[in-house]
Amino acid sequence: MIDKLIMYLRYPFVTYALIVGVMIALCSSLLGVTLVLKRFSYIGDGLSHVAFGAMAVAGVLGLTNELLIVLPVTVISAVLMLMTGRNAKIKGDAMIAMISVGSLAFGYLLMNIFSTSSNLSGDVCSTLFGSTLILTLSVRDVIISCVLSVIVIVIFILFYNRIFAVTFDEDFSKAAGTDAGRINLLIAVMTAVIIVLAMNLVGSLLISALVIFPALSAMRLFGNFRDVTVFSAVLSVICAFLGIVISILAGTPVGSTIVAADAAAFIVCMIIGKVRGGTAV
Amino acid sequence: MAFLTVKDLVLAYDRKIIAENIGFTVNEGDYLCIVGENGSGKTTLMKTLLGLQQPYSGEIVFGDGIRKNEIGYLPQQTDIQRDFPASVREIVFSGLQAKAGMRPFYRKYEKEEALRNMERLDIAELSKRSYRELSGGQQQRVLLARALTAAGKLLLLDEPVSGLDPIVTKEMYQVISDLNRNGTTIMMISHDIGQALKYATHILHIGDMTFFGTCDEYLASPLGRMFTAGVTEVQV
Ligand SMILES: Nc1ncnc2c1ncn2[C@@H]1O[C@H](COP(=O)(O)OP(=O)(O)O)[C@@H](O)[C@H]1O
Ligand SMILES: [Mg+2]
Repeated sequence: MIDKLIMYLRYPFVTYALIVGVMIALCSSLLGVTLVLKRFSYIGDGLSHVAFGAMAVAGVLGLTNELLIVLPVTVISAVLMLMTGRNAKIKGDAMIAMISVGSLAFGYLLMNIFSTSSNLSGDVCSTLFGSTLILTLSVRDVIISCVLSVIVIVIFILFYNRIFAVTFDEDFSKAAGTDAGRINLLIAVMTAVIIVLAMNLVGSLLISALVIFPALSAMRLFGNFRDVTVFSAVLSVICAFLGIVISILAGTPVGSTIVAADAAAFIVCMIIGKVRGGTAV
Repeated sequence: MAFLTVKDLVLAYDRKIIAENIGFTVNEGDYLCIVGENGSGKTTLMKTLLGLQQPYSGEIVFGDGIRKNEIGYLPQQTDIQRDFPASVREIVFSGLQAKAGMRPFYRKYEKEEALRNMERLDIAELSKRSYRELSGGQQQRVLLARALTAAGKLLLLDEPVSGLDPIVTKEMYQVISDLNRNGTTIMMISHDIGQALKYATHILHIGDMTFFGTCDEYLASPLGRMFTAGVTEVQV
């Protein structure tokens, strides 16, 4: 088993997958707490469907670098969703559901009509569930993923205090002179970037799990924001690492294996939380 | 010049008028209690003063002594906070965002000042505890410490004692009154007119009829007599 792993680690694509996987897992867990507590999870879910549609368009156009389309489209959708979501009059939730389901259908339709691939359902499946994408990364993909991840992490650290404040109590933050609208916008844009990144790792259907599970697990065990954030990042990285290794050794799909690891970790955290009663200091 | 002067203020949500004819002044050292029926617009008034929403019409003028972000705010409890994983110190430190502005991190002396506010309100030993595990009274003290950390000059408190048991309520009134005696100007929304008259210097009553004046003037006014009828424990 270990021998097999060491043998695999000699291949660059395995190392790339591990590096990218760990980076993406780290930054996707950072905003989890905020998204859950601000009831923004639905935006993450909607955005993953938009990213799927954009991916299909990029595929049809034959772009070698899908990010050129997927990233801007997803970021713009994030901003739109945030704005409509806050506007009670347009029924924000229904609007987001429409955009996201619409993109899903549109994306699949495009892939169906224009696909030259002999294995259409395989393509669709890998976009939805991430299957082997992560194992086919080029050096350029690795660099782009790492750079974007580092940017997300640095921005998160620089805005950590303000993100906490606006998540905990938006009205108070506004009264204290913080531009809560700008922070919300920042959160939405970062969410979009994370989702586009995470799509490489677990595919668009499983992204929400990657973003939400570590945060929910950490909230079972810790009672302060800093520890919850740090623990969910650590947990997310461990699960992504294990998930990738297991999937290579056992030949299971990468994305679902990672998410299964996250789900298992959540159950463990839930049980520990229950047994211990209350949260740690 | 007064800290705050409000003239002919009309409050509205989406052009639907909630309350009108509101006028009052707050001077340094005052303790103003805002009373009125449920839904009469007390919370809306506070949010409008804080710039969280726009007035329909009228004038809000802050005096020389005070800027808009020198006001500490204790909002009415919302439910998002109940299961929030945050420690007491994290919440009180978040009051520093007014001072930090665009700076990403809080300075050491700023945090020390926040810790002093926690000592003042007797929650220093709760510093590392999780907010969601505290009693209602302790939670309100945390939010009060945060407001104080944001600004020590003028505090806007929206029903700081709602949901607290009588003993804790009394302690909370005492704490607020102590702050006022040490120079903090207070504007507080309260349900309990008896307690309001006991501690406040001025009363603002909003609703179908409005009133602004000192406690004595309020008691002598027709509105005040009507509203305080049945309140036995009025100690002026
Ligand atoms: N977000 C809102 N949108 C529309 N109307 C609102 C909103 N919030 C409160 N109101 C209405 O404004 C009125 C005053 O509310 P509020 O200021 O909370 O009253 P109070 O604090 O005095 O109990 C109520 O009739 C309420 O229904
Ligand atoms: Mg109210």
